[in-house]
This record gives sequence, C-alpha cells and structure tokens, in this order.
Amino acid sequence: MWSTLLPILGQATLETLYMVFASLAIGTAIGLPLGVLLATSGRGELFEAPVFQKTIGPIVNATRSVPFIILAVAIIPFTRLLVGTSIGTSAAIVPLTVAAIPFIARIIEGAVREVDSGLSEAAHAMGARPLQVVIKVLLPEALPGIIHGLTLTAVTLIGYSAMVGAVGAGGLGDLGIRYGYQRFRPDVMAAVVITLIVVVQAVQMLGDHLARRADKRNI
Amino acid sequence: MIRLSNVHKTYPARRGSPEHVALRGIDLDIAAGEIVGVIGRSGAGKSTLIRCINLLERPTSGSVIVDGTDVTTLSKRDLPLFRRQLGMVFQHFNLLSSRTVYDNIALPLELAGASKAEIAAAIDPLLPLVGLEDKRDRYPAELSGGQKQRVGIARALSSNPKVVLCDEVTSALDPETTRQILSLLRDINKRLGLTMVVITHEMAVVKQLCDRVAVMDGGVIVEQGAVEGIFADPQHPTTQSLLADEFLDFKPAHPAGVSASPVSSGPVAQTLSNGTEG
Repeated sequence: MWSTLLPILGQATLETLYMVFASLAIGTAIGLPLGVLLATSGRGELFEAPVFQKTIGPIVNATRSVPFIILAVAIIPFTRLLVGTSIGTSAAIVPLTVAAIPFIARIIEGAVREVDSGLSEAAHAMGARPLQVVIKVLLPEALPGIIHGLTLTAVTLIGYSAMVGAVGAGGLGDLGIRYGYQRFRPDVMAAVVITLIVVVQAVQMLGDHLARRADKRNI
Repeated sequence: MIRLSNVHKTYPARRGSPEHVALRGIDLDIAAGEIVGVIGRSGAGKSTLIRCINLLERPTSGSVIVDGTDVTTLSKRDLPLFRRQLGMVFQHFNLLSSRTVYDNIALPLELAGASKAEIAAAIDPLLPLVGLEDKRDRYPAELSGGQKQRVGIARALSSNPKVVLCDEVTSALDPETTRQILSLLRDINKRLGLTMVVITHEMAVVKQLCDRVAVMDGGVIVEQGAVEGIFADPQHPTTQSLLADEFLDFKPAHPAGVSASPVSSGPVAQTLSNGTEG
C-alpha cells in the first residue's frame, strides 16, 4: 500500500514546491519594485510620488485583507484568461502570486525603510543617481531583511498552496483532501501533514542560512 | 574655490512644526587648498551650511559657486556629476555594512562607471595613505571607530575630488583617535592640496586642523578669520563661550583640589561625607 502512496506523495510534494517557488519568483519580480517604490515615494524622498503612494497603499492593503480562499475563487475568470484553465497546478500559481505580491511589497518596503538614512545621504553626496541608490545601497543593505521576509512569504505560500488544493490545484493539500479526508485515510493525512512540516522546516532553515550569510553587520 | 553669497535656507512649516529658518544670509569665501572650519553649537546651522555646498540641501535663496559654477542652477541630470568632484566624510561614517573596506572605498568610482582596473589603480595607493593595507577585505563591523573613519576618508578621496567636506568627523571618536584622524586630514591636505570644509562644535578640532574659521550662531556667521587671530582675540560672545568650553575641557586634567571644582565640592560630595560621619 505504501509502495503506491509514496510516488503519489513525492509527486504532490514536487507540485507544491513548483507552485510555491513559481509564485514566489513572479511575486518577487513584481513585489520588489513595488515595495521599493512604496518605501521611496514619500515626500522629499528618492522617487517622490505622493499620489502613487496614496493610491497603491490602500490597494495593497485591500488585497491583503481578502481571505486567500475567497481571493482564489474570486479571480478564477482572471486565472482562465491568463492560463486558459482554472484547474491544475499552473492555474494555482495565479492566485498564489496575486496574494504574494502585496505581501512581498510590504516586506520589501519595511526592509528598505530599515536602512540607515545616512547611507542614502552618503550615496547622494557621492553623486549616485536615484536608481543607483536603490541598486548599490538600499537593496544590498536591506538584503538580510529581504531574505527573512521572502522566507516568511514562502512558508505562508506553502500554507496557501494547501488551500488551493481545495479548488483542484494539485499538490500536498489536494492529496490530503482527496485521499486523507474524502477517502477516510488518516495514514495519508498524517503523511501529508508530516511532509508539510518537513518542507516548511527545510525552507525556514535555508532562509535563515542565506540571511546569516548575507548579514555582515555582526561578524 | 567655494563662494557662498547671501545664502538663506528656510524649512517650510510641516504638520506640527513651524517654519524653521536655518541660514540667514551666509557669505563665505573658501580659497583653493585651504582648510576652513565652521564652528557652532547644535542648531546653529552649520550642518545645513555644509550640505548647501554639495546641494544635499537646496538653498532657499542665494548662490553657491564651486570651482566657477553656480551649483544651484545645475539640472537634476548634472547634479550627480558635480557631486562626484566633491568628497564627503560623515560623523557616523555611513559605511555600507554589506561591503568590505575595499568595496566601500570603490563605491564612488563604481557610481561613476569606472572599470575594475581603474578602481584598483585609484584604491591601491589610498589604502596605505590611510593606514588600512591589512584591512582591505574586512567588513565595517570588524573595525574600530577610528578605522571606520579612515575608510570614510579614503572613500571621500577615491574619486580624486578637489574639495572634501567633513561633517563632525571626529565627534563619535575618542580623544586619541580624534588626534590621529585630524593629523591624517592635515597630512592629506598638504600632500594632495585639497580644499577642506570642516564642520565641528569643538574648538580643539579647529585649532589642530584649520587655517581659517567661521563661527556660526542662529543661522549667521558671527565672526570669521585666521585661526590664530580668533583664538588670540575672540570678539563675539559665541566665540568666547566656545573657547571657554575648550578651556573647561582641560580642567579635569588639573590636580584635584587646586581649583574649586563644582563636582567635588557639590551637594553629592557633602552628602557622602555626612554619610561617613553618621
């Protein structure tokens, strides 16, 4: 019996990792510039744009207020438009990414704001252009905080990815619901939960390790 | 080299804080190769003044002429190019914690688009100049305050500037380190013929480092002249009181009991002696 379960469990784990890291990557690609702009568009700041900051802030908050399972269902038309279907692992990446973007944006914003303003001032005094301040100073100095934040996002996305299992997305959550819950197989449910714990633990350890390596503030 | 004419700076009123006038008509001439000190108490406007030279602060009115150019008229595109001709050293060093000593010093050159070879050629002679040959690949967290400031000085020099602005560069350092950093700056000024503007609140810094000094109070320069002249015959009360502070600084070095030091004869001392009697 376990010989048939193990390949399914392995397959489901890979699907979960695929969903999580694809949405983390796309979410970072969009959330990172968004977060930098949120942190630097205030009055008298690098990319002064008060209107942008006043409009995008509430939109980010609104997206974060919607419970994930409702968000996933609500944007099904959008998912169909992008992927062609709303069912399956690839389709699940759309709601996961939509949920990840504002999360990541706020994390990047926080990490960038933590950077000592004296460093921006020094960069300006050296003749840095605004984009150089971001790329050469703000992001490298915020890197440990950014890595911690992205680790947190990855763990949250693992949880969310189990939820999208409920709407037919595949992955560990799907396995738990179909085999463990609907077929009354507590052993499968236990295997799924243990696998999730191991995955989360591994992601957290990797994140901590990378953040420590990036952090040169305490040597 | 630098000429400030009738420079005013007013910070507009913001929620909760009224309008603040930081500079009220500053006139200051700084010749090439000279070290000019600007001294004053906190809030006198000296930090704003030095930031008006590289336009980290934009004067509300007046002109700032550096090397023949009125920098207040520079466009957003040209301003970074102008700033690359100036070096700045900061009180809190402002080094990037994520970069090694070498990479911190390289930053101004990287920003200007220099190649790896050009950067190496510029930095290799700088490291021995500031005495950091053996710290090249260390991170700022591994350095002492004095070493960090040496990195800050090397970084300010790496783009081969004509002018170096020093903003309270020794205020976070102990007296011995202060002495070393000041003599390093003096040495660099002599060797490279740089113009330096030095902001400080300590007369000792002016005495050790500067050729001329301008004394600030309430956003105006109340007195300026050659350092020896100001020390020998201070005219303005602010100058006199700054000099008095300097004198007080040396007091604890005198043997106890010679002067009626307010600490040893104060209420605390009396309480203590009462306590032993009781």
